[in-house]
Amino acid sequence: MKNPRYFNLLVPILSVIFGLIVGGLIMLAGGYNPFSAYAALFEGAIGSSYNLGETIRQFTPLILTGLAVAFAFRTGLFNIGVEGQFIVGWFASVYVGLTVDAPMFIHLPLAILAAAVAGALWGFIPGLLKARLKVHEVIVTIMMNYIALHVTNEIIRAYLKASSGERTEEISATASLAAPFFRQLTDHSRVHYGIIVALLAAFVMWFILRKTTLGYELRSVGFNPNASQYAGMSVSRNIILSMTISGAFGGLAGAMAGLGTYQYMTINTAGFIGLGFTGIAVALLGANTAVGTILAAILFGGLKVGASNMQFQAGVPPEVIKIVMAMIIFFVGASYLIRWLLNRFRKGEN
Amino acid sequence: MDNVIEMKNIRKEFPGVVANDNINLQVEKGEIHALLGENGAGKSTLMNILFGLYQPDRGEIYVNGEKVRITDANVANDLGIGMVHQHFMLIDKFTVTENIILGSEPNKGLNIDRKKAEKEVQTISEQYGLAVDPSAKVENISVGMQQRVEILKTLYRGADILIFDEPTAVLTPQEIDELMEIMKKLVEEGKSIILITHKLKEIIKVADRCTVIRLGKSIDTVDVAEADPDKLATMMVGRDVNLSMERSNKQPGKEILSIRNLNVQDERKVSVVNQLNLQVHAGEILGIAGVDGNGQVELVEAITGLRKADSGEILVNNKDITSFTPRKVFEAGVGHIPQDRHKHGLVLDFSVGENMVLQSYYHKPYSSKGVLNYPVIYNKAQTLIKEFDVRTPSELTPARALSGGNQQKAIVAREIDRSPDLLIAAQPTRGLDVGAIEFIHSKLVEERDRGKAVLLVSFELDEIFNLSDRIAVMYNGEILAEVDPDETNEQELGLLMAGQKSEAGVPEGGRD
Repeated sequence: MKNPRYFNLLVPILSVIFGLIVGGLIMLAGGYNPFSAYAALFEGAIGSSYNLGETIRQFTPLILTGLAVAFAFRTGLFNIGVEGQFIVGWFASVYVGLTVDAPMFIHLPLAILAAAVAGALWGFIPGLLKARLKVHEVIVTIMMNYIALHVTNEIIRAYLKASSGERTEEISATASLAAPFFRQLTDHSRVHYGIIVALLAAFVMWFILRKTTLGYELRSVGFNPNASQYAGMSVSRNIILSMTISGAFGGLAGAMAGLGTYQYMTINTAGFIGLGFTGIAVALLGANTAVGTILAAILFGGLKVGASNMQFQAGVPPEVIKIVMAMIIFFVGASYLIRWLLNRFRKGEN
Repeated sequence: MDNVIEMKNIRKEFPGVVANDNINLQVEKGEIHALLGENGAGKSTLMNILFGLYQPDRGEIYVNGEKVRITDANVANDLGIGMVHQHFMLIDKFTVTENIILGSEPNKGLNIDRKKAEKEVQTISEQYGLAVDPSAKVENISVGMQQRVEILKTLYRGADILIFDEPTAVLTPQEIDELMEIMKKLVEEGKSIILITHKLKEIIKVADRCTVIRLGKSIDTVDVAEADPDKLATMMVGRDVNLSMERSNKQPGKEILSIRNLNVQDERKVSVVNQLNLQVHAGEILGIAGVDGNGQVELVEAITGLRKADSGEILVNNKDITSFTPRKVFEAGVGHIPQDRHKHGLVLDFSVGENMVLQSYYHKPYSSKGVLNYPVIYNKAQTLIKEFDVRTPSELTPARALSGGNQQKAIVAREIDRSPDLLIAAQPTRGLDVGAIEFIHSKLVEERDRGKAVLLVSFELDEIFNLSDRIAVMYNGEILAEVDPDETNEQELGLLMAGQKSEAGVPEGGRD
């Protein structure tokens, strides 16, 4: 490729197109009309103010989980534990929302901060184990997911269970991210002010990585730990820091659920929600950049919200959209294939 | 005489560069034909075309007078062309025979006929005086022997034309002499050899004729017997080159680096530096000669804080830096041009500019309060790029995109710019072309003349001789001897590097 920048943009775009085409072929094979299905999907994602609000609500935490994965990845680490960081963040924000009594300008930031700290702690542990004992972070973060899920479930069940239902009470209004004005505007969707937090977080990630000495070190260690060590950086310190910051992003995503969408925390007996895992796909499609992550989160959020309308209007099972998302990631992963196709195409032109 | 190989008007373009521009090459039967040129001149491209790995855009190839199209390496094999690669392609855990027959195993039913194979390998080995043990495991034989296995591999496949790609890069002086003998023997037995190299001395020693390639063009083909080395060098580089450094005699100053009874272990807890003592003074270059793997790497790592010393003391300016971290070592006035520029010297995915501040990004003026000041960083980079003649489109170009020589110049620029009292240069010119070598050597001498202490570690004897005020020979983790470069010669150093301490002192004749 002559211009790598152009190519870096082309891979995700073509991946999305190919993913949609494969999804369409599967619909055809199942006897559905892909055009009406995608029309319904599109309408379901942004066709009305309510749908638009729901899409924003959906992609807000995805931005943050995507940033968490991207941040770790940019520094050479695989944070598969965003799901767990999301859960402990959710729990911490709801806990502060329930138990602290303070005016909003203290209570809300405190609840958000609690989520970030909880996520950071959940990232710090695998970072520490990796740096000190060389335990692979993928293994530890996966295990930390289960610990987060079952410990929070158990604590809620034992101490915080609401009188009705398998969940906590609702947080006090002083800790809520609810945005009544925008809710009105979007026909009572569950959109909330968390989107501001998410966009701010994306800026923070860009700023840390591009502008600070900390980011310089983190990227250096990610690209080449040997040269970083040679140059006098502490590789283990940077591993721990990277996982901690990454975890903080994951924890913030939890606050989006706890203080924004739900205002409480459920006992997740069915298992993981999956927002953390989707973050891996978001980061991958977004090429691990701040802006790319936002765009990829918007796409995946839209697909998820639109899928229910697709089922409702066109009768296509929403699982097809999961296949589309998987295919998009497949094509991003198989970027070599796209490179080959593009080269083929070029030769044809000459 | 018959030409076994004739390449006519070969042209090969890669995006943005013409690697081969109407190159002509004629190799006669039974000769050693050298292909001389700097790195990037187009030697490897030409040979890869001959070996079928690239297709030429234009031009014709004749083998034994017949026009051929070499579409892949198998075709080359069938035409009797064999390649002895610079980086050996051997499997450590396999025996010599297993490595040689790999890919063309003689079968007995479904089994490999080992007996037959071993016998065949033995026969060929004896015919050409290679003295290889067919049943030895590759991991247990020396580098020189491994190279012979590569030679055997091509002979076993029936090669008549052997291409040697920079064969002496990894060998000791004695092994180089032996290789030269083998090459002569091969030619006596009717083989033809193409020798790719940028070392003039080897060409003078062994080649019959020599084709010089510069910037993708064949400049001339000369009879080596009538050629003069300076003229060859000029032809290769395209301008006059100064092959030996002019150095003013200077009295060394105070002691900058002092190492006392140093012991260092490697990863396997084997002691690789043993009771080592060493001093380097201000205004001198101390050259450490030795074959790779005698503790030089670990010694440098111990000084620079990358590896813990087991016991002993390392003093820089009378300050004990033995247990310092790399950053503290740098801050104590040490610069380090690392042996492996890709592994340690550069972050290849960083821009050239970012690489220029790899050790200094955290203090002013490159950053303040944790925020980088990119304009200052890039300004600094521009200055260094100019001053050290780093050929790069800009300071924003990723270091990965630069040629090896320019990457190394960038590292040298960074290290010298910090003006360290002690500059450690480990293999500073490995794999570089004459122009870059000359430049880096002059910079090292400049540092010496400015009163800095330079510790040079090199496996290239020429480099050691060219630059050093004193030479220390390292063998088995010890300094076996310290010699004056004016009072020794390559034979003596070669023996010392092989661990033989000569009783009689310096042989007669001085340096050749």
